[in-house]
Parts: sequence; C-alpha cells; structure tokens
Amino acid sequence: MLRDITLGQYYPANSVLHSLDPRVKLFGTLIFIITLFSASNVILFAAVICVLIGIIKLSHVPFSFMVKGLRSIVVLLIIAGLFNLFLTPGKTLVSFWIFSISDVGLKNAVLMTSRMILLIIGTSIMTLTTTPNQLTDGLEKSLGFMKKAGVPVHEISMMMSIALRFIPILIEETDKIMKAQMARGADFESGGLIKKAKNMVPLLVPLFVSAFRRANDLSFAMEARCYNGGEGRTKMRPLKYTSLDQRAYICIAIYLIVFYSAKVIL
Amino acid sequence: MADNILILDHVSYKYSPGTAYEVTALDDVSLSIKEGEFIGVIGHTGSGKSTLVQHLNGLIKATEGHIYFRGQDIYDKDYDIKELRTQVGMVFQYPEHQLFETTVFKDVQFGPKNQGLDEKEQIKRAYEALGLVGLPEEFYLASPFELSGGQKRRAAIAGVLAMKPAVIILDEPTAGLDPKGRDDILGMISDMHKKRGDTVILVSHSMEDVANYVDRIIVMDSGKPQFDGTPKEVFTHYKQLEAMGLAAPQVTYVMNDLKDAGMSVDTSATTVEEAKNAILASLK
Repeated sequence: MLRDITLGQYYPANSVLHSLDPRVKLFGTLIFIITLFSASNVILFAAVICVLIGIIKLSHVPFSFMVKGLRSIVVLLIIAGLFNLFLTPGKTLVSFWIFSISDVGLKNAVLMTSRMILLIIGTSIMTLTTTPNQLTDGLEKSLGFMKKAGVPVHEISMMMSIALRFIPILIEETDKIMKAQMARGADFESGGLIKKAKNMVPLLVPLFVSAFRRANDLSFAMEARCYNGGEGRTKMRPLKYTSLDQRAYICIAIYLIVFYSAKVIL
Repeated sequence: MADNILILDHVSYKYSPGTAYEVTALDDVSLSIKEGEFIGVIGHTGSGKSTLVQHLNGLIKATEGHIYFRGQDIYDKDYDIKELRTQVGMVFQYPEHQLFETTVFKDVQFGPKNQGLDEKEQIKRAYEALGLVGLPEEFYLASPFELSGGQKRRAAIAGVLAMKPAVIILDEPTAGLDPKGRDDILGMISDMHKKRGDTVILVSHSMEDVANYVDRIIVMDSGKPQFDGTPKEVFTHYKQLEAMGLAAPQVTYVMNDLKDAGMSVDTSATTVEEAKNAILASLK
C-alpha cells in the first residue's frame, strides 16, 4: 500500500537524458520555463510543444508517468481555468445568468491551463530522468556562487540529500509499524476525525522515536568518519561535463536564439 | 490427526504489479498448517518468507489464490478480518519498535483493549502474557523505552500473546540479540508452545535457531516452498540448501564429513546432543 508512493519519482531507463549532467538538465528546464512563459502567440507556443514532445521521446519514460504528476494539480487547474474564463473583462462572447465569457477570458483560460500542464510535464521529465542525489549534486554545484554571499550551500544540499534518502526508509517504517499495530487490532480507517487522530498515536509515537534514533545514529556515523561540513570536501564521483553535455548546451543555446529571434520577427 | 488450521491454496503475490518495479514475492504457494504444529519457515533475505507469513493474518492480500482459516475463506466479503488478526497473532521483526504506551503494562493491554474485552479481562490477560515471557514484575510500570533491548522484545511479544491467538507467528524473533538472548527467547517460545499447545510459526534465516525447536521446516526460495518436512528430512538436502544461500546446522556438516571419512555414523543428527550420541553409538 504505502510502498506505491513515489517521491523524487526517478524512472530508471537508459536514454540520452538520463546520462546528461544534472546541471545541464537544470539549466535546460529553466530555459524551457522561460520560453514557455514568453511564448506569446500560437506559432511560438506550438514550437515549445514540439520541443517538449521531442524531449519526451528522447527520455524513454512512458508518457503515463508524466501525466501522473498532473493528477495532483487537477483541482488547481480547473479553478485557475474557470477564474480566468469568467472573470476577465473584454468583448463578451457568450453570457448566461450572471456569467459571461469574454474573448480575452477564453484566451487566458486556455493559455493559463496549457502553460501549467506543460510546466508540470516539463519539470517532471527532469525529476524522472535524474536521481534525487544527482539533482542535489547539480544544485550544489550550480548554486556554488552563493557561497561567497555566506549561504551554506553544501550544508543545505547535504540536508536535502539526507531528507530524500530518508523518505523511503520512513515510508517503509510507517508501513511496518502500521502493520504491527494492525496485527494487535489497531484500526486506522474507521471512526470520526477525532477518533482517527487518536488512533494515530500508536503509529506516530514509535515513528518519531525511530526517526530520532535513526537521525542520532546517522550523525554519530558521520562524525565517526570525520565529517565536518563542506570545507575542503571532495567527491567520489565529481560532476564532470562530457561532450554530450557540451552538445546539449549548444542545442539549448540554439533553441534560445531561434526562439527569441522568431519572437522578434513575428 | 489434528485439523488443518490454515490452508493456503495456490497463493501468489506481486509487489507493485504492472510497473517497472514489479517483483513476484510469492509464486503459487500451496500449504496446510495443522493445529498445534511448531513450524519453522526458513529462507534467505528476499525469499518471500516474511511476505508469506503476513498473508496468514490478512495484512497482505494475495494477488491470486485463497487462504482458509479454520475452513473459512478469509477473502470472503463478510469475513471479519479484525477477528482473524486476534486469532492469528503476528510478532514482527524488531517488535520493540512498535511499543508506544507510557508503561509496559498499558502497552501489553493495547491488544486486548482493541479486542473489546472489559478492563478486568484486559488486566488479567496482560498479567498472564507478561508472566509467560518472563519479564520481571518491577518493569511492569516502567516506560517501555527504559527497558533493555531483550526486555523490550519480551514486552512486545507479550503484547501479541495477550490477545490469546490460536496461531502465533514470529518473524525473526532473535534478530539483533546476543547468543544468550537468542537462546532465552527461543526457549521461552518453545516452553510456551509446550504449555499452551498453540500453533507456532517461527520465521528465521538461521537453521541453527530453528532446528532445535520445531517439528516441521518449510524452506522458502524465490517465492516457493522448496522443502517441507521434519528437520531431519530437510537437512538431508544440505547440498541444495547451500545452493540457496542457506546452511544446514554445523553438526550436519560434521556428521557428513565423518561419514565421508569412513565412519559409519547416522548423518541425520540435527543437534549437538544427537550428534554426540550418534558418534558414541558408532564407536561401540
């Protein structure tokens, strides 16, 4: 049951996108988002969609996995779409009862929802093709310049990777404790809100205890191996650009130039 | 012959079916377990032994097949699965991680309380269970988090025993204990079985643990029971067991080596005591 939850949702496959450096993917995603939101007419929008379709094909990840990410924001999409549809002033196209749909409203609603859908799909390709650890590594490297401003980039990324690493462990632990208490007749499903909350005690107390125990063990284990922050620390597998990454950067640059020159011309 | 208390009929189970992570944990398993049996389920990590026993009290629902408890299909729509869980008690790996109450006594009471028993009966059950596991009385009102590892484990096992289940399943009850703690817990389980005559299923990856106590061994490998019989029968396959990543008890090796070296000993000995007698007998 709880096993089916995926967070960080990495999809293992052997594709060009999987073997790219995470920094390239972060940069590419950023460019994708910028162009997506500056695409002001149908042709540019179609171009962005074409590029996205190409990337989806390259990723070797089943399309259904990307759509899964959309499921959680369906409500948000509908609300945003409806608000834009009915509340934007402009030339009235249709009107009934107290509602009226304007031409601008219709355009905004379609644009807004399709942009959000593309945004989610685009970013989920990044998380689907990059392991959480690669992602934090990439972030640490890319944001390294902020160290000069006194931001503890290494510490933050270490916390991120530990947190990510612990998600599956805690999910498993929750599953186990839940089963153990169910075996003693605990009931996590029935009853009202207050009763349900009360029934959670036999689950939450052991879970907290074990989370603290694990955190304690981990910090001891790290200190025992002389961990003392990011200063002077090297990596076993440092991120290195390959010729593939260079080509990817060139592709992104070409895309950016073509996109903005098209935008100026059209 | 005693009646079958649990029957598994062509049970299969897959984790995350239909995704890239699909794993077949149980592959068409059919078994029957008799009332009052003391069974050891053995297999290395990932052989499906834990998955198998979690089916027996309905914590995992089989993707295919049926399970019968006292002749009733536990997957029937109107079957009371909560009642089944009180009948088939399950002690998980590292059971001490499930303790949560303010006192040991209250924690042991948790099961009987969920059964809907009245307060008097709950207390009686808790006393009995704590007595069975041999936890000294001065710990009854202590916080479960103050106990030592072995004591915590006893308290947690008592929490399941207090429900008076007809079948008790223990998943690796000796994991992480020192040799003395291991012998204590196994001895306690064996005594309890003798005293109460209930059905006990002991899951372990260690042959040595199980060989001395159980009447029947089921060896799991890749989601299937590969051998099923008395310890003596199962250990005659010690070469195949080794291929599965399991080891027969050390005495089995000693006896087989002695035989290969030309001594006419009985190789079916499973305990050190039996081995001693067999060697003495061959020397006469």
